[in-house]
Amino acid sequence: MAKLELRGVVKRFGDDTVCDGIDLDVEEGQMVCLIGASGAGKSTLLRCINLLEPIEDGAIFLDGTDISVPGLDPQSVRARIGIVFQSFNLFPHMTAIENVMLAPRRVHGKSRAELLPEAEALFARFGLADRMHNYPDQLSGGQQQRVAIVRALAMQPEVMLFDEITSALDPQLVGEVLDVLLMLKKQGMTMVMATHEMGFAREAADKVGFLQNGRIVEEGPPEVLFEAPQQEATRTFLARALK
Amino acid sequence: MSKMLSLTAASFALFSTTAFADGHCAAGKTLTDGKFTIATGNPAYFPWVLDDAPESGEGFEAAVAYAVAEEMGFAAEDVVWVRSSFDEAIQPGAKEFDVNMQQYSITPERDQVVDFSSPYYTAPMAVLVGSNATDTEPTLEALKGLQWGAVGSTTAVPKLAAVIEPDNEPLLYGDNADVNAAMTANQIDAALFDLPTALFLSAVMIEGSKVIGQFPADEGDNPDHFGMLMEEGNPLKACVDEAIAAIASNGKLAEIEAKWLQDTTGVPLIK
Amino acid sequence: MARSKAAGITRRELYEAQQRRRSILVAATSTIIVVVALVVLVPMAPGWGKVQQSFFNGEVLAKTFPKLLEAFRINVMIFAWSAPAIAVLGLLIALARDAKSPALFPLRIFGAAFTDIFRGVPVILTVYLIGFGIPGLGLPRPWNSPYIWGSLALILTYSAYVAEIFRSGIDSVHHSQRAAALSLGLSERQVMRDVVLPQAIRNVVPSQMNMLIALQKDVSLLSFIGPVEIFRQAGVFKSLLANFTPYVGAAIIFLIVTIPATRYADHLMARQMRERR
Repeated sequence: MAKLELRGVVKRFGDDTVCDGIDLDVEEGQMVCLIGASGAGKSTLLRCINLLEPIEDGAIFLDGTDISVPGLDPQSVRARIGIVFQSFNLFPHMTAIENVMLAPRRVHGKSRAELLPEAEALFARFGLADRMHNYPDQLSGGQQQRVAIVRALAMQPEVMLFDEITSALDPQLVGEVLDVLLMLKKQGMTMVMATHEMGFAREAADKVGFLQNGRIVEEGPPEVLFEAPQQEATRTFLARALK
Repeated sequence: MSKMLSLTAASFALFSTTAFADGHCAAGKTLTDGKFTIATGNPAYFPWVLDDAPESGEGFEAAVAYAVAEEMGFAAEDVVWVRSSFDEAIQPGAKEFDVNMQQYSITPERDQVVDFSSPYYTAPMAVLVGSNATDTEPTLEALKGLQWGAVGSTTAVPKLAAVIEPDNEPLLYGDNADVNAAMTANQIDAALFDLPTALFLSAVMIEGSKVIGQFPADEGDNPDHFGMLMEEGNPLKACVDEAIAAIASNGKLAEIEAKWLQDTTGVPLIK
Repeated sequence: MARSKAAGITRRELYEAQQRRRSILVAATSTIIVVVALVVLVPMAPGWGKVQQSFFNGEVLAKTFPKLLEAFRINVMIFAWSAPAIAVLGLLIALARDAKSPALFPLRIFGAAFTDIFRGVPVILTVYLIGFGIPGLGLPRPWNSPYIWGSLALILTYSAYVAEIFRSGIDSVHHSQRAAALSLGLSERQVMRDVVLPQAIRNVVPSQMNMLIALQKDVSLLSFIGPVEIFRQAGVFKSLLANFTPYVGAAIIFLIVTIPATRYADHLMARQMRERR
């Protein structure tokens, strides 16, 4: 049994079918990269997994339990699945450390004093020790995105979702964020990421899925998918993306 | 000789009927020649004007207005009524009336800005109390303890402060109707009005209210003489004063007062 | 070539300095012309003597100003207890109007009706109706005080406006903020309280400052139902002295308070515009 299983997931916005029957297995500790053109359905799929968007059909299993049952309280599921967005979405009225401690305080009912050592350790681990008490607008994009990752990690999630988290960054800041992901992989975090960073996907992913028009056209280990793609659509996309 | 006398009389008669405007002192001094424009309040209240219709000549001020106009040589149909507020009456600039009659108390400060005729009525101030305070003794001591109200633009305000000196700050209002509302809502116990107004309010407007006493009309340094208000330096003042003096001396004014303000007798004096 | 001989000043800087001097000169000249015109021409108007006597009478001002200032304390008092009540009620109404749970549907209807009614009726009418009407039902003293019910009228009216401003503030917080907070496992209520509202309130501070300034002025409407605040006190003096100068005195006192407040609100607004850019 995989950590995360998607079975025939369908998501529509009105008449627009964004996810059109997606199947995907993510094993414990695996890093799965989703690639594909903008609008292929990668972001929406991640939002569906986090239950930010209800799905029309199909099912999503976490540790074998269906978390997509309509009417299920999404809060407990979201606490187990972290997501980081392209646009960081830090809370601008709070310092970095307050951003990180908010959810554990509210959801787990812990006090600041209880959380502080752990939060400080996280900041230190991701090279942000001297940025804890800065407000988001005093941080660079790369720093903000790392704080956003720390914020999600502070909830001690079992699965992390990354939605094109380097797309809004200046090229020279991309590296510091991707390094964080490599650290997480080393620690055995289960991760699904939507990305345009082909080089990173090829190097770091355990599995890569290529999405087009709301379907996974092809999936497999990166060396296969990048070196010897089976599908014509994959080849066309890669030819354009790697040029 | 007798012929000459009758001729003179005839010519006088001719003069006074057909061409008064040339001979009378109001000639050429009114806003519109041959017309006498009088302003009153909006609305005008009983017993000063009945049914807010001064044209009827019913009510004390309406009746006085027509008597004065007649004395000045204006026919009833030459009297034009307009409405004005207190502010319009005292603001600088040309006025839209010859005289303004709405129970204006004559005060030295006002007299610097506008002109007043000689008084046509001397109003005693009276105490009107709401239904909760009808058994208040008409003594200054008892009145101090009441919650007072008054119309803010009237001389009742300084009178309250100078004579009654109430324990609580009085509440002040824009017009009689608002004082009514406050008394009906039991927000004030008592209000100070001129006596005719107080009597009217208690009889007609505020259920259960009562006029429990009046101050002697000429008490203190602030007697309430009502005068007609005119633009500062209005040459008409002499004619108006003359006319008021005439109706006062021939008993006409007393007659009007007896007719419209007859109830004002019999209210006890405040000690 | 880009630098002129004058100690390190670029051509551009030189040009801009010239332009600046020129606009200062033009502004100063035109201001002087306008002021001189006002000071010289207005007193030449035929009615000026009378207007000055009636509206700008120094003697009357000196005589009445201390009592006006004293009466203004009543305005400040009414303002001081109304403003916090308006903030709280306005926020509650805004939240009621945004309530999503079907159980709270009556609250939404109530919130909508509330804002429609109290924004639609002139403040003075509300002051009259509530100030005289509710005490008229037979409340005992001191519960029928015009201070209580007049203040309530202001509170209700202003809450309706303030609620709408809060709502616009809530709408102004980008939905991605909500998504981020929800994704961390916060409940809808926690998202509203910890993430959306703090930002929404901060976004609308300048607009709410303007409401405070308006409230400060509208406190005077309570004079219609009895309280002798500055406007009524000025009116009493006006009637007594047959002179409008006390109103000018009252206006001066209002301006002393509202001009700094208005400048401050503008400053906040300008800063917010810069931040959003």
